[in-house]
Amino acid sequence: MALKDFAYGDTIHRCFRCGYCKFPANWVDVNNCPPYARFRMETYSCGGRLWLSRAWLNGQIDWTEHLAEVLYSCTTCRNCEVKCPLRFNVDIVNMVVAARGEMVEAGRLPAAVKNFLQNVELYGNPYGTGRSSRGAWAEGTEIERYNGHEYLFYVGCTGSYDARARRSALALSQILRRAGVSFGVLGNEENCDGNEVHKLGEQGLFEVLAQDNITRFKGLGVKKIITLSPHAFNAFKNHYPAYGGDFSIFHYTHVINGLLKAGRIRFSDNMHVRVAYHDPCFLGRWNNEYEAPREILKAIPGVDLVEMEKNRESALCCGGGGGNFQIDLLGGSENSPARRRIREALKAGARVLAVACPKCLIMFEDAVKSEGLEENLSVLDISEIAAKAWGMIGHSQ
Amino acid sequence: MDSIYQSLAAIVDAEHVSDRPEELYIYSFDLGTAEPHRPDYVVSPETTVQVQEIVRLANRENIPVVPLGGGMSLAGLAVPLRGGILLDLKRMDRIIEVNEKARYAVLECGVSQGQLTSYLERHHPHLTHSEPGAPPAATIVGNVVIHGQGDLAHPYGFNSDMVNGLEVVLPTGEVCSFGSCAVGASWFTNHPMPDVGLFLGWCGTTGIITKLSIRLLPAKRIRGIGRFVVDDEGLVPEIFYKLTHTQMAEDIIAFSSAIPPFASKLQHFTVNIAADSEKELELKQEIIWDDTLGEYIKRGDGAYLGFTRSLERPQISKTSDYKKGGGFEYVGSIMPIEKYPECYRRGREISERHDIPYTVTGRCIGAAHSMMFAWTYAFNRADPKTIEGARNALHETDRLVLELGGVIWKPGTFGQKLVLERLDPNTRDLMKKIKGLLDPKGIMNPGNWEIP
Repeated sequence: MALKDFAYGDTIHRCFRCGYCKFPANWVDVNNCPPYARFRMETYSCGGRLWLSRAWLNGQIDWTEHLAEVLYSCTTCRNCEVKCPLRFNVDIVNMVVAARGEMVEAGRLPAAVKNFLQNVELYGNPYGTGRSSRGAWAEGTEIERYNGHEYLFYVGCTGSYDARARRSALALSQILRRAGVSFGVLGNEENCDGNEVHKLGEQGLFEVLAQDNITRFKGLGVKKIITLSPHAFNAFKNHYPAYGGDFSIFHYTHVINGLLKAGRIRFSDNMHVRVAYHDPCFLGRWNNEYEAPREILKAIPGVDLVEMEKNRESALCCGGGGGNFQIDLLGGSENSPARRRIREALKAGARVLAVACPKCLIMFEDAVKSEGLEENLSVLDISEIAAKAWGMIGHSQ
Repeated sequence: MDSIYQSLAAIVDAEHVSDRPEELYIYSFDLGTAEPHRPDYVVSPETTVQVQEIVRLANRENIPVVPLGGGMSLAGLAVPLRGGILLDLKRMDRIIEVNEKARYAVLECGVSQGQLTSYLERHHPHLTHSEPGAPPAATIVGNVVIHGQGDLAHPYGFNSDMVNGLEVVLPTGEVCSFGSCAVGASWFTNHPMPDVGLFLGWCGTTGIITKLSIRLLPAKRIRGIGRFVVDDEGLVPEIFYKLTHTQMAEDIIAFSSAIPPFASKLQHFTVNIAADSEKELELKQEIIWDDTLGEYIKRGDGAYLGFTRSLERPQISKTSDYKKGGGFEYVGSIMPIEKYPECYRRGREISERHDIPYTVTGRCIGAAHSMMFAWTYAFNRADPKTIEGARNALHETDRLVLELGGVIWKPGTFGQKLVLERLDPNTRDLMKKIKGLLDPKGIMNPGNWEIP
């Protein structure tokens, strides 16, 4: 691939490397780009990635494992796009994704990325776990298989396979059932939504996944989809329409908030706890939804909702986006984004860090352990907090 | 793995030292037109002690050390011209102290403009600093080192005039303090200690500033920008003079640019005004727009373009994308204000010769004691011809600065040579002796301010 054939060959040189992209909205520090915060080398800044991508495509530098890791360390959080004042800012993440696509084409990938993609292709999930256990999270419950229900509840890979995230999927299912929402799940028939595959630059595999999912959904007569994960929400809402997937997509916080407003959920338990909410990138910056999760938390008696210094479009990414919850190029340090974010929550005085994304949930719970703060801070999904506030989950959870 | 790399990794840690091609590539570039040169190592220290150890290692191994702050000078001042260790100082980014009553802040060398602006707004809303027009990622120390100026340059002068004290790692590894902090007092003043002035304007060739105390200034509750325009560049010096006489403004800038075409050849002014009350604001506006500039409006020589409340801080610059090319560089100069008309006319001629839309700016420093006049040349980073064209225009402008009786501000190596050619021979000799004394092995940012 030559630069002239690159999709953004006429744009990528426009980055000046002025560094706006490192900041949050209030300019408090230069640590709002997750890879730059982690490594603090210019290579890992947004501008560094764009200049390196161009240099590689131009033949000025050779491909190396390190080059690939620099590119794949981007969590596609879009902080750079929010902060960059220049007109090409809307394409910054697209440029990174396209450069990754060139690496995919060239077959030059970090081993962890290759494994991720292979697992998704083989097993329909990045964990490499068999498809036959995808629906196991719902075994022993009364959760129904989708059969013409009003909503398909799309659980996603993380909610299906990760033990911690499964608890949030179960909590949400309990809420939906008790509120009388007509929904069903796909169980073992569910496939990866492909959002991370897309962001890792594997457009071919993404298309296969999208078409497979769309065909299945349409075949079942699905019209409305609730997602547990903002990542799936993003894929279905923003990418699937290009392949004919015109469904009504709801992140679960939209649904719970709607049920609250309709009086179909009534929080009763007084929680007496100070909660900070972390905006997931694929709900916030990618889809401009900042209020529904907060409205749910504010409706819970006894919840003292506090804001972290970096919130809404300035929220620091947990470090798990763009496949990094699995390929983990940003872990292993007190400067890892998730650990930084945990300290920010603590600084805000929170005892509970509320999330609305199963990847954030896992990233932060691990970070709390790494920071040794298990006694000081709990990480809970809003589905779990809501279930508890409705008297459905014991306080031990 | 070579021994220097291993020694560097032992000083910082393996994650903050690199000799990999990707880091060497990225750190070889300035953001302007300077030719890239690759360092041999990139290191990002976190403490003064680590900087000391790195400098001592460089002395032992006789390899260059090039300190880098925000990397926003656009003059190639931190390009490792002879390789060696590129020292990225941005991890040293703690705001150590803000003294509200004595109005100063003690900072590490990696603190950015945006970081200090944000910190003061949140924790000390009555204080501010003179913020330059550079992106917020530019560092405070980097700006002071190059004698930068900011949006309070009219009342308070150069940012390097606001230094209350320094901590410096000398080229041989010792740490020295300057100012009141050197005698164990707080960092409240640089005076009245004997003047050793060895580190500002030297581009890191005499030492690495690791801590700085900088004066903070009163922050008024209301800040805004008024705009005024005249069609005769000859009026600009007297307007500067009259506006500064009022002592009612915080920042006074005149500028002109070829784009948009309808405004080409007009001279625009921005006048920052600050006040703590509506009454104060009204008074200042009246004195500036009515009493001072009213005569130009009445004569038909000028027009008032309105006042915008609120000030964008940090300032957002979009200059680099004017040609959709991701690049620009400017020659800055410190000039007598009466030279504005000639600076403007000659700058336009140079731009037109090199087929670059002209952009010129003059910022008033002090009570019109001087101005920083800048000629900006945009280029397309993807087009080597435009880079070469901008570089030639820059060199031509460097010569123009000296011809017009000004001094090149933060000159690159080309401009430095021009300055040294004209420099008082005794001053040259003194600089050479000072440099030789401080940096006997010549390892500090070699290629800059070199006196043969």
